[in-house]
Amino acid sequence: MEDEIVDYEKYVYKQVASVQFSVISPKLIKKVATTKIVTPELYDKEGYPVDGGLMDTRLGVIDPGLKCRTCGAKLKECIGHFGYIELARPIIHIKFIDIILNIIKSTCHECGKVLIPKNKMTYYFKILETIELEQGIDTRRQKIKEIIASLKTTSKCPHCKAKQHKITLEKPTTVVEGEKRISPIEIRARLEKIPDEDCEIFGLNPLHARPEWMVLTVLPIPPVTMRPSITLESGERSEDDLTHKLGDIVRINQRLFENINAGAPEIIIEDLWDLLQYHITTYFDNNIAQVPPARHRSGQPLKTLTERIKSKDGRIRHNLAGKRTNFSARTVISPDPMIRLNEVGIPQEIAMKLTIPEKVHPWNIAYLKQFVQKGAETYPGANYIVRPDGKRKKITEETKEQFLEEVQPGYAIERHLMDGDISIFNRQPSLHRMSMMCHRIKILPYKTFRLNPAVCHPYNADFDGDEMNLHIPQTEEARAEAEVLMEVQTQLISPRYGLSVIGCVQDSISGNYILTKYFTQLTRSEAVDLLSSVGITEFSRLPNRKTVTGKDVFSCMLPEDFSFVGKSRSKEVDGSNEVVIVNGKLEKGVIDRSNLGEGSGLLLRNLHKKYGPDKTLQIINNIFRLGIKTLLKRGFSVGIGDSDLEVKGKEKVTNILKKVDMDVQKLIENYKQGELEAFPGRTILETLELKILEQLNNARNESGSIATEATEDSTGTRIMVESGARGNIINIAQMAACVGQQALRGRRIGIGYSGRTLSCFKRGDLTPTARGFVSNSFKSGMTPSEFFFGSMTGRDSLMDTALRTPKSGYLYRRLANAMQDLRVEYDGTVRDASRKIVQFSYGEDGIDVAKSEKGVINIKKIIESVM
Amino acid sequence: MVINDMAKDVDLAKHYLVPKHSVLSDTEKAKILEHYRITPKELPKIAKKDAGIAHLEVKEGDVIKIVRNSPTAGKSVFYRVVN
Repeated sequence: MEDEIVDYEKYVYKQVASVQFSVISPKLIKKVATTKIVTPELYDKEGYPVDGGLMDTRLGVIDPGLKCRTCGAKLKECIGHFGYIELARPIIHIKFIDIILNIIKSTCHECGKVLIPKNKMTYYFKILETIELEQGIDTRRQKIKEIIASLKTTSKCPHCKAKQHKITLEKPTTVVEGEKRISPIEIRARLEKIPDEDCEIFGLNPLHARPEWMVLTVLPIPPVTMRPSITLESGERSEDDLTHKLGDIVRINQRLFENINAGAPEIIIEDLWDLLQYHITTYFDNNIAQVPPARHRSGQPLKTLTERIKSKDGRIRHNLAGKRTNFSARTVISPDPMIRLNEVGIPQEIAMKLTIPEKVHPWNIAYLKQFVQKGAETYPGANYIVRPDGKRKKITEETKEQFLEEVQPGYAIERHLMDGDISIFNRQPSLHRMSMMCHRIKILPYKTFRLNPAVCHPYNADFDGDEMNLHIPQTEEARAEAEVLMEVQTQLISPRYGLSVIGCVQDSISGNYILTKYFTQLTRSEAVDLLSSVGITEFSRLPNRKTVTGKDVFSCMLPEDFSFVGKSRSKEVDGSNEVVIVNGKLEKGVIDRSNLGEGSGLLLRNLHKKYGPDKTLQIINNIFRLGIKTLLKRGFSVGIGDSDLEVKGKEKVTNILKKVDMDVQKLIENYKQGELEAFPGRTILETLELKILEQLNNARNESGSIATEATEDSTGTRIMVESGARGNIINIAQMAACVGQQALRGRRIGIGYSGRTLSCFKRGDLTPTARGFVSNSFKSGMTPSEFFFGSMTGRDSLMDTALRTPKSGYLYRRLANAMQDLRVEYDGTVRDASRKIVQFSYGEDGIDVAKSEKGVINIKKIIESVM
Repeated sequence: MVINDMAKDVDLAKHYLVPKHSVLSDTEKAKILEHYRITPKELPKIAKKDAGIAHLEVKEGDVIKIVRNSPTAGKSVFYRVVN
């Protein structure tokens, strides 16, 4: 142990005092280079790297067995070394073209000085300084151009009186003065002429960035380690994109040299020069407008320097911001209402792959040896042992016995996951902090992750094939942090709206609704049976009577000193919708979604406030189970018969539909005779449409309310709707009475053939049937045209969601990136990273929503509770 | 253009959707800066030609106090420095 520490302290630590960004100078390029590259050949006949070629062993090694000729190190030890090539003619660096152009335009071609008179220099310098500070260096250079343009002396240099010509850029890299092209040699010569003092006006420190360095005369060749070649299965070598590109550059450069030396005609040299410019441009960036991208023989564009860094698959977003992780698992999820909210069911197969390292101590050595004894193949065993020096050894049948002897304090055993271990569970898109929560592990058979349906809401998960991720924290610190900060119960209250994000769903809402509304005559043994199936064994809180009510059973879930007054969405048999809980007893009211549901009602919020996260989670767990067990006891089914209408009801509906048809007919009649008066700001046709739509909606609503009145209260369908477990009144109405108007973009369906929606209607037919009104119900069955209209709206909404999801995803990404470093300071202000104030009080009112009830702080209640 | 002519007759500051803008005196300004322990650089900005302060006589560096109606806080106070 002690040796380790001493070893550790042998390293010399240095602090970075400053970082200087600069333009690399030709001199520096040559200085850092180990090799001058002179030939485009890569390997000789024997397959060894050619001296002075792009794979020269002085640039580093990528073959096992070879040694670097610069540092003598082997593969993976040598990080590689730069080389360089001497360019036959100067080449403009594409990434600096804007700056070069700006500087050329702002300086005299004769004397090289900035086109600002000497006496005004200090004045403008000051302005430029402030602009750079506030808006950045690019705006500064822009401003210089503006200043010079405004000086009206642009046509003549204020220093040497030389005449100035108009300079334009012919994209991408050709600079034109007047009619004539300026060659890169000339550009470089002009840049060289600019005095050091004038460089500073452009925001360049001449020590680190002389403008002429932006025109390349030597090109650095990156080490082979950053462009390794791959050996294919056939033994053939496949070179990296960069090597290909560099090969082109070297080849053309050599040709250019030879032609110049041989005194070839100017046209040939110019052509080669342009070709070299093209290759070097695409070497830096293969995605420049007006430049055809360089391609492989297969036709796919080369991935050169800029593409390596840029955008989603670039180095930054792919490799630096997007790290991959070990000790994680992913599989399909499925529901299991019988595991606890903060548990996650894990297939044994996964539990035997993922491990937790446990340090061996004298106290647990016997316990940990059990895992080693079982080995990697039997559960619960161990996969690895870690020696004190950090060496990991796999436990196999053969090595098992030896490791059992070897294990001693200081070792660590990587054992299989077991019940109660800590994990982090996640579903993408992780838009929330509740998208990653800490769950306790529960080993279960089969191959899916199991989660309690009540935690679906924060993850926004369902079971139509969703997959989720699981991570296993590997250190004590990480585990503690996950447990304290991320466990499900700590995430109960949403920081978005201050209510519980976890509540009962689906069956458990129906169940509790039935229990508290219809179960009035439970025998004592039935009640005890229910309670014990939930896991409650304390029956003393049931009233001492032969028969008890569902409300009494429900009360057993609540703490004994809990009082609450609220409202429910559904009504008690006597018509009131009040919910009263006094001292842990549900005195009055029905429990439905408005009190148990996720993101609604103060019942769960108040429980959380008074009893804390752990107790609340337990209560939600129990109530959830109670609902399900109630349904199991009673039975629950839904049928199409639930929404059947009597003959009378059917008649009423047909009458309403007949009447509305006539009314609309009358409106159309009026319109045709020109008697319809337009609403202000509307055409007459628009007015007609509005009036018709209103009529039809009324008809649908009326027939809907007849349907709801006519269906019986105690049917499965009605119970689900009333309790809020699933469905709503419109769904019932559409099944029983009338589906109603189909709308596209808020209007009746009007598109299709010219003047009509479908070819079975007359042109200009404005009647409800011809414009997408479905007067049949789902049960009575739709006519072909009605069905077609229904499909139209269905497809439209499908398309709408398909288009909206990526759009809103990108919107969210931009928002998240823009606001990621805002924070609330101790003085209540919201500030950004540079401590500038964004809001003087968080959210205008300074309320921490997570500590409020639905965004409001109820002061009256606080005072009452204190008094 | 007709729209421009109309704009001349409208006093924006009196519109019910425009929050009240007022200039702080030097002592008030100093008090605000002291309270938040900031320099004017850290304050949000407002353009000198902003329509909301067109009716006020302001110079660069003045601090504008904006009182808005807020659905949650009743009134919310905001400060901006003229730029």
